[in-house]
Amino acid sequence: MNAPIVNPSGAPVFDIERIRQDFPILAQQHRGKPLVFLDSGASAQKPRQVIQAMVRCMEERYANVHRGAYRLSEASTADYEAARAAVARFINAADPREVIFTSNSTAAINLVAHSWGRGVLRPGQAVLISEMEHHANIVPWQLLRDDKGIELRVARVTDAGELDLEDLAAKLADGKVGLVAITHMSNVLGTVTPAERIVAMAHEAGAKVLFDGSQAAVHRRVDMQALGADFYAFTGHKLYGPTGIGVLWARLEHQERMPPFLGGGDMISSVTFEGSTWAEPPAKFEAGTPPIIEAIGLHAAIDYVSAIGMPAVEAHERALVDHAMRRLSDVEGLTLLGRAQDRGGVFAFALDNAHAHDLATLLDRAGIAVRAGRHCAEPLHARFGLDGGTCRASFGLYTTEGEIDYLAEALTKAREFFA
Amino acid sequence: MFDDLRDLYQEVILDHGRKPRNFRRLEDADRTARGDNPMCGDRMELFVKLTPDGAIEDAAFQGRGCAISMASASLMTETVRGKSPAAARELGEHFRNLAMTGTCPDCGGALEEEMERLQPLSGVHEFPSRVKCATLAWHTLNAALEGSGKEATSE
Ligand SMILES: Cc1ncc(COP(=O)(O)O)c(C=O)c1O
Repeated sequence: MNAPIVNPSGAPVFDIERIRQDFPILAQQHRGKPLVFLDSGASAQKPRQVIQAMVRCMEERYANVHRGAYRLSEASTADYEAARAAVARFINAADPREVIFTSNSTAAINLVAHSWGRGVLRPGQAVLISEMEHHANIVPWQLLRDDKGIELRVARVTDAGELDLEDLAAKLADGKVGLVAITHMSNVLGTVTPAERIVAMAHEAGAKVLFDGSQAAVHRRVDMQALGADFYAFTGHKLYGPTGIGVLWARLEHQERMPPFLGGGDMISSVTFEGSTWAEPPAKFEAGTPPIIEAIGLHAAIDYVSAIGMPAVEAHERALVDHAMRRLSDVEGLTLLGRAQDRGGVFAFALDNAHAHDLATLLDRAGIAVRAGRHCAEPLHARFGLDGGTCRASFGLYTTEGEIDYLAEALTKAREFFA
Repeated sequence: MFDDLRDLYQEVILDHGRKPRNFRRLEDADRTARGDNPMCGDRMELFVKLTPDGAIEDAAFQGRGCAISMASASLMTETVRGKSPAAARELGEHFRNLAMTGTCPDCGGALEEEMERLQPLSGVHEFPSRVKCATLAWHTLNAALEGSGKEATSE
């Protein structure tokens, strides 16, 4: 179905049929039709390797971490810390201590807003986000604004769905921005933002940078040392790992200055009723029993995608994006939201004679799972005059060109249905 | 590919969805309410005019949403006209039953004829995520009749 993707040495490295066999759920039929899962941007399916690693953890090596001086707890602690090291390697962090485990991206961003935002940002400073943010990277800053009297600025998105860098520069110009918090890849437009440029511009203006990498970390190799940002958030369940685990990468110098967010066990060094002292980073930000099994699952997911290789994952996706661009542009009456030059495998669209929810119900009948609504990006839909929402198809490792052809065909038939 | 979806999208529904009846503001409305399905982006504003003895003289709506929510609001404004608020509420209860289960065993009696007109929407019961599209208008009607001024949702 897909042409084999060839790495520079000429060897085919991306065997899609084998990959698909790793994902048990893809064998499902839906009303006699194969499942065409095009909602990986909301949450990806899990390969057997992840499922088995979590089962093995619970069957063979499970106990609470950092607490027991017995064999199982030591094993479990070692596995948990090995997961942290694996994340650090995956994103090329300089030090595993820069990796804080959270429950998802939302928790990671809220951690920055609560702790760094309340502890380090000063009233009168501003946080600069963009029009294409997920609610997870809007609402924490609104809460901070209302609580602490900081200003919230919003950089515009162009009609093509790209970040308006001129507007970004203008909003940085007065030097009041303390933090630029921007998505590395839009979950609606698919746009990949020019992260290095943003870091350079922000640092030049004296601002720190947080990327919401929830989508980007899945689709490309992200390299913390090359990027030079200050904070980077992503979430395990979109990266073929389990729910309940996310990552905040944060420079140690920032972690040192950040007050704790949640208080409790594991984040303290000593507790008396008069006061407590904090554990060293990153433990300082991991109060309570952490997502141990989930960390093991995330480790397995990272091993899984790393074995395929992020460059191969990216090349596969690039081919899918080109194919989807061609096929979806041919569907009469279909509007594609966003036409960024640099984009990943996320396509939001609207059909001229069907509401997004009606369309999603039809596609579901054809076995195609897409998301309908505003995808937690209400302001962005308002920006493009699509308050009623869109449907969104988003691709994963296991997505095939044949599935995209089938989607295009179903869209054409859906338009006839509502004619 | 979609032939079996004609049960859900019957011609009546597509027709009311495309050309909703009573789709206008009632400038002299006695009661209004807004309905919102945040998840879907369905939104409507409902207007009700009452007779001196409190019955529904006219009902109209404006808004946007999927075919199911628009058709349901359209059919509702047609069926509640002339009803007392109590009867309209009872009809709404019956309709919710119909939308959730596909049938309404207790729906005979005085409201049988109205229920027949709403029957085309019974197909939604097979689509749990769509039931609230069909019931939004009725939630909004209840809010309007209560005059609570609150925004209705079908969550
Ligand atoms: C761009 C973006 N940011 C943040 C999130 C939130 O991720 P989570 O729900 O795992 O916290 C998502 C996914 O829903 C996303 O796509």
